[in-house]
Amino acid sequence: MAQYMFLLFDSEEWYDNVTAEDWQQAMKLHGAFAEAVEKAGARILGGEALERSSTASTVKNREGAEPLVTDGPFIETKEGLGGFYVIEARDLDQALELAKLCPSGNVEVRPVMDTSAGSAPA
Amino acid sequence: MSEVVAVEVARVVDRVHRESWSTVLASVVRLTRDLDLAEDCTQDAFVQALRTWPDGIPSNPGGWLTTVARRLALDRLRRETTLRRKLPLLVEDPVAPGDVEQPTDPLRLVFTCCHPALARDSQVALTLRLICGLTTREVAAGLLISEATAAARITRAKKKIAAAGIPYRIPADHELSKRLDAVLTVVHLVYTAGHVAAGPDLTRTELTGRAVELARLLVRLMPTETEPQALLGLLLMTEARGDARLSEDGELVLLADQDRSRWDVRMLAEGVSRATAALDRGQGRFVLQAAVAGLHVTAPSWEKTNWTQVVRMYDAMMVSWPTPIVALNRAAAHSLVPGADLEAVLAEMDALSNEPALKAYAYLPAARADVLARLGRVDEAADAYDAAITLTANETERRFLTHRRAGLCA
Repeated sequence: MAQYMFLLFDSEEWYDNVTAEDWQQAMKLHGAFAEAVEKAGARILGGEALERSSTASTVKNREGAEPLVTDGPFIETKEGLGGFYVIEARDLDQALELAKLCPSGNVEVRPVMDTSAGSAPA
Repeated sequence: MSEVVAVEVARVVDRVHRESWSTVLASVVRLTRDLDLAEDCTQDAFVQALRTWPDGIPSNPGGWLTTVARRLALDRLRRETTLRRKLPLLVEDPVAPGDVEQPTDPLRLVFTCCHPALARDSQVALTLRLICGLTTREVAAGLLISEATAAARITRAKKKIAAAGIPYRIPADHELSKRLDAVLTVVHLVYTAGHVAAGPDLTRTELTGRAVELARLLVRLMPTETEPQALLGLLLMTEARGDARLSEDGELVLLADQDRSRWDVRMLAEGVSRATAALDRGQGRFVLQAAVAGLHVTAPSWEKTNWTQVVRMYDAMMVSWPTPIVALNRAAAHSLVPGADLEAVLAEMDALSNEPALKAYAYLPAARADVLARLGRVDEAADAYDAAITLTANETERRFLTHRRAGLCA
């Protein structure tokens, strides 16, 4: 089994006009996603929804200079990073199948690096 | 060792390299689950063959190479267990035990190389490298990219396969047709890269030949699938016209003006029979393309081609594959139906000129120029030829278009 991070990028405008029902509906979709993951024999190891990117701060650690704190996310994108999952799946094919079921407009799937003893970046 | 023996051995090794590289490599990959290591061992086995075969060529050269390559891999694995970095290994199909060779192994390799999570450029480079066994330099030469770019593409793709866990597996039934389409697209791209090469030469035989071999491999590995059969037919029918595409002084000759007696009859016959068989069983995009090619090569002449039927095939293609290029081909074929309304065809082509996919496509202005010339609108035709001449990257095509443009005033 390998681990993958699902990065969920969506329009943040949605938050501005979201109703209680919309929110409930979204939570329901994520509940259904969790069920689908279990059913596929994969596992959710972690995941959270994130506050809007306008609430983000970025710390730039610069060599030979004081760390610089700036307002906003590291990378400005049209869609904001709104949440993430860490999923354990058999291989990329299964991870991609699950990403298709994930309730988000854009899901970046990133393999989690093995940092255990004796490992090295591929 | 005598010169004669050495030459004979080199010839056999070269043939076996073409025929068995992917089989040997795929079998070693199953053992090592590491593409680089498997490649090294496969390469070393071929080097050993060159050295030892002068004493006697084995009766089953492919089997000999597989045995040697696997033995080399086992040695390396044993020796390096303590030294090896813990690299991510290829993810295998759980039902297939690791040490048993499977006849479908090369197919796993093909699907891994053409995985949708890899960029198309990488799929093509990786297929040439891993399935055809081309060196990085040969891949670079074939695709007209620098050796550094080719190396980077191949390395990056291999790293992604290992790190992201792209599985070494034949896709499940429900995704097979889509994944197969990606594989066929790659083979077709290899062919077209060789067929309409940029630069001075019109074809790079090496690449077109490899594409035909790839298509044959797919037909052999997936005998019940229709699309690989159709692709092979299509490539053979295109390949059969090879010589006739160039005049004696090296100029491009359009299909319309080709001397049909110069076509390779045997290749043509095989292509037509494969296309016909495929057409009986399916309506996929390569089946339809092969059908169009079949209508061309079985016609007694350009004028006597069944253009109505050609247009019908493009209409069918538009249903499942509605791309601007198909639309352009349809319009061009439409213009040749006897009594066609050329003004309407021109309107069809003009509508396509806003398509981003056709912005840099020389065939669009070239096709427009042809229709404009037939309508007697010489000045506009000249402008369109100029646009096409600017866009084409192929010297021979450029000369051809220039010649056509000059012919306008005559």
